[in-house]
Amino acid sequence: MAEALGSSSAEMDLDRPNLEEYLPTDSIQDSPKNLHLRDLLDISPTLTEAAGAIVDDSFTRCFKSNPPEPWNWNIYLFPLWCLGVVVRYGILFPLRVAVLAIGWIVFFSAFFPVHFLLKGYPKWRRKLERKLVEMMCSVFVASWTGVVKYHGPRPSTRPHQVFVANHTSMIDFIILEQMTAFAVIMQKHPGWVGFIQKTILESVGCIWFNRTESKDRGVVGRKLREHVQGVDNNPLLIFPEGTCVNNHYTVMFKKGAFELGCAVCPIAIKYNKIFVDAFWNSKKQSFTMHLVRLMTSWAVVCDVWYLEPQYLRPGETPIEFAERVRDMISARAGLKKVPWDGYLKYFRPSPKHTERKQQIFAESILRRLERK
Amino acid sequence: MGNASSTLTQYDIEEVQEHCNYLFSQQEIVALYERFCQLDRNAKGFISADEFLSIPEFSLNPLSQRLLKMVDGLNFKDFVAFLSAFSAKASLQHKIERETQLPIIASKSVIFKVYDIDGKGQVTFKDLLEVLRDLTGSFMSEEQREHVLVWVLEEAGYTRNSSILLDDFVKVLSSPGLKMEVEVPVD
Repeated sequence: MAEALGSSSAEMDLDRPNLEEYLPTDSIQDSPKNLHLRDLLDISPTLTEAAGAIVDDSFTRCFKSNPPEPWNWNIYLFPLWCLGVVVRYGILFPLRVAVLAIGWIVFFSAFFPVHFLLKGYPKWRRKLERKLVEMMCSVFVASWTGVVKYHGPRPSTRPHQVFVANHTSMIDFIILEQMTAFAVIMQKHPGWVGFIQKTILESVGCIWFNRTESKDRGVVGRKLREHVQGVDNNPLLIFPEGTCVNNHYTVMFKKGAFELGCAVCPIAIKYNKIFVDAFWNSKKQSFTMHLVRLMTSWAVVCDVWYLEPQYLRPGETPIEFAERVRDMISARAGLKKVPWDGYLKYFRPSPKHTERKQQIFAESILRRLERK
Repeated sequence: MGNASSTLTQYDIEEVQEHCNYLFSQQEIVALYERFCQLDRNAKGFISADEFLSIPEFSLNPLSQRLLKMVDGLNFKDFVAFLSAFSAKASLQHKIERETQLPIIASKSVIFKVYDIDGKGQVTFKDLLEVLRDLTGSFMSEEQREHVLVWVLEEAGYTRNSSILLDDFVKVLSSPGLKMEVEVPVD
């Protein structure tokens, strides 16, 4: 994934609600006393904030995957664990690869004929392609022995609605897709994932964006709106966090999905780390390695909750709407909220926040100066 | 990343603890090591400036550039020594003992070093102006900043051309005392 670093890169206009509500603004106390040398020399509050950030910060915590507690430490547990490794890598993994391979073969041998032969019958073609994609996703889920429990009413295919979910890995999409053929908005990937994106996902309806292009947002916004209006289009699934988070926290939702003027149906996904941690740290491993890790574990266990559709309330801004839906999803899945934009993984924060702190400090000095 | 404490032996922990004047407990040093490994992405043995700046809270601190000069490229031992100025014990130490009896007070010496970034051993008017500029940005004019500094310096008995030493810092910041504490999250 491309990493854009350094202050020379374009400043991201990170739209978010009032960050000052979350960050400490105690850089200067509001005291009516006169100004002394001590007040200017004492930079301890600012230094404390910086040191606090070095020691622990709420943003990096979102992308940390805690290694599981080892349990294979004694004389009988260790051989059991070794046996487990043999079974997982020697028996389960080849079996699963075989299942996946067969699944792909069946899928392609059905998909391409349908795609080309039924060109004249768009309705039938769309229906069949949807079913095929759903089937392929089920094969994927089976290939990592996915134990997925769905709660709530299944999504219906009708226009003027959009689905939003928290994001942990690209398998979120597969897990949801096996139940309903969603259209999705995705970052374009290289490699075999990109190939699949181009050929198959186009059939269910996909919108591409490019994180590094800031002008892209207007274009994408328009495409989203067009898609939502279309009667025959598959329901649109959006991951408003914009990046994969470790399933213990949620980062801020981008407002794009919430200003389309339609119903927003939240979906909460929570993975059980009992056998494997499903968090995909895209900086640390490729998607292939991530899949291999899943396929060499016993099972992937997760819960999916389809929550009640939400509408923009009168007087509510899209950002407030996004935060409200984020509250719902975080509460349902037991995730903590942090006030950071997920794109800070790739870009530096806007200098607006530093400027705000500077403004507070400067004004307090000037105020006390006037009092002398 | 794996289990961090398995690569840090008891000897290492004790060495680091001694280096920071026992201001951190052994558990805190282990926790700091995990944090160090998390920030040092390719296990180089030090954290680069870029990796510090990838912490959004640090990046938007007005003094981040000055602090970067102090922490960029530090190995783990020096990293802990730097942070020891912010340990709860450092503040407590100087609360129990009288300020004048402690040879160098860790927290005040960090503040001094942030001002005296080029390590001359004294803080000049130019240093004070630079830090004030970092803290106020474009919300105060240069004349206003100079005016404020000259005013508070003269009130405290210094002039514009005075050089301020560490002892002066200790004296000025002694009353009513300094609170500069950071908590190390220990699992």
